[in-house]
Amino acid sequence: MAKVKSYIPSDFNIERDPDKCIACQVCVRQCSYEAHIYDTEEDAVNADESKCIGCQRCTVFCPTEALTVGPTSNPNQKANVHWTEKEIKRVLKQAETGGVLLTGMGTDKPYPIYWDHMVLNASQVTNPSIDPLREPMELRTYLGRKPDMLQFKFKDDGPSLETILAPQLKLETPILFSAISYGAVSYNVCESMAKASKAAGTFWNTGEGGLHKNLYQYGNNTIVQVASGRFGVDKSYLDVAAALEIKIGQGAKPGIGGHLPGEKVTEAISQTRMIPVGTDAISPAPHHDIYSIEDLSQLIYALKEATNYTKPVCVKIAAVHNSAAIASGIVRAGADIIAIDGIRGGTGAAPTVIRDNVGIPIELALAAVDQRLRDEGIRNQASIIAAGGFRNSADVVKAIALGADAVYIATAALVAIGCTVCQKCYTGKCPWGITTQHPQLIKRINPDIATERLTNLLRGWSLEIKEMLGGMGINAIESLRGNRLHLRGIGLTDTELDILGILPAGR
Amino acid sequence: MKKVYSKEEFCIGCHLCEIHCLVQHSKSKDIIKAFKKEFPRALKRVHVKEKGHLTFAVQCRHCSDAPCVAACLTGAMSKDERGAVIHDPDKCIGCFTCIMVCPFGAIQPDKRTKRIVAKCDLCPGEETPVCVVHCPNRALVYEERKEK
Repeated sequence: MAKVKSYIPSDFNIERDPDKCIACQVCVRQCSYEAHIYDTEEDAVNADESKCIGCQRCTVFCPTEALTVGPTSNPNQKANVHWTEKEIKRVLKQAETGGVLLTGMGTDKPYPIYWDHMVLNASQVTNPSIDPLREPMELRTYLGRKPDMLQFKFKDDGPSLETILAPQLKLETPILFSAISYGAVSYNVCESMAKASKAAGTFWNTGEGGLHKNLYQYGNNTIVQVASGRFGVDKSYLDVAAALEIKIGQGAKPGIGGHLPGEKVTEAISQTRMIPVGTDAISPAPHHDIYSIEDLSQLIYALKEATNYTKPVCVKIAAVHNSAAIASGIVRAGADIIAIDGIRGGTGAAPTVIRDNVGIPIELALAAVDQRLRDEGIRNQASIIAAGGFRNSADVVKAIALGADAVYIATAALVAIGCTVCQKCYTGKCPWGITTQHPQLIKRINPDIATERLTNLLRGWSLEIKEMLGGMGINAIESLRGNRLHLRGIGLTDTELDILGILPAGR
Repeated sequence: MKKVYSKEEFCIGCHLCEIHCLVQHSKSKDIIKAFKKEFPRALKRVHVKEKGHLTFAVQCRHCSDAPCVAACLTGAMSKDERGAVIHDPDKCIGCFTCIMVCPFGAIQPDKRTKRIVAKCDLCPGEETPVCVVHCPNRALVYEERKEK
């Protein structure tokens, strides 16, 4: 029987300027999808465009800038707003494979980006703005349960605090690296995030992949995750961490578990995840011991008992329709930190239909959760970390004004070390050496360089946050937290303004 | 003295070191001219060795007791004031004795003329050899290390 003829046109055009191409084959060696082919007879490089994923590795590495890779537009395809080329390709792909379509990273659907519909305030005349280069500006953030009230004892040598404070995470900037598991990304990526966290005074998150023994030295800057698969969880794992996170859901795939294929479970990953080499690592969709808020409370307190109440426990959920009520339950269940991951949050692999259609934007979920916890008088009992597609420091500032204590970044961190958001993480062939375990490809992330890039990113954003705070006449991030008067909406409906709890610009 | 060292754990096998080495030793020092207009094409002096997933760049180690300098019949191989082993193509007769005695396989024959050898000269005039400058993953470093 003849092979089924594929009807799917190529996604990308590879243009090679013949005047510039020196046939050095750098592109051939860099492309892990074999889209560039060297013809020894002609001493020329050709392309197989059907294999190109548009990751731009070749265009960046080409020493003569001879390459241009861009999306194809099929001239045979009539313009159609409903049956777009993308939708047609998806139908064709399923017609040819009969499978669930997979993808990586956060959704690329054009849902409204509320960050871009909110603007910040600045001081003019009536209150002075502050120059962060001349005056101190405080970004330090503490995450964890805050007491309802403080009691002091007054002695001859001054007052002393009587209230016993719950354990807190101390951050020098309100930005943390979000959960990315060892397995989804390479060891070198984990090491880079750990080193950058230490250098910047913040935290990285192991995701559900366990913590490699070599990275135990960064325990003070590590949040370890306890997810539905319980991979890599043992006493030393909990003991070495600064905080523990129970992962209930992920913004890119709410309600869906995880699956690390057996071929990625190398010796080192098997050791770290505590599963046999070559076996599939399957994270169930639910925790099989959590079917209610009461069950969640049991796990929270089991973890607190196990670590002698020395570490804050975070619960991470995906932003869904009832996030506010769920968050209230989570706080009452005993969580010290609650992380909410919006629909634009990333993933190494998820069914496309889930990623693109399930969950709600983080802006709305964050505003709703913060408001609900305040209304119930329990906002002080847990810190909120917002996650899901933070692109720049302005998004961070707006999130904090909306009520977040800090934000998680993951896609931005990966972009900083080379990711071009090509969405092919699930293939395990990442040409940038990020989402791969291939021994040749993992070398493409040099932790020295990646640590530098991540530290630079955090530094740059922190400086910008200080500038924005100064403009608003605020000298501490604490004064911006939940201060929605510094936000105004543009182009939003009354309902959206109501949910976000902000006024329209001009009012 | 400072030498070029390879960190094989970060060598991604892109061969950009070879390409920039060739350009540096071309007449024009222009990458497109060096490859497309200069004949014979300049020779690269660094070579990326590959075996399976292992790749790393090899170039002259500039040994303190360089066997090639001792073995050279015509004095084409010599030590310069930096301590670098330098090759004078005008004196070279293409006997390839240096290639035979080099313990690292760092000297390459010119396969076209079958005469002159090309070897690393640590890019005289440059602060850092171009292979190190252009390595995209810092798999090549130029530094002082204690000789074993």
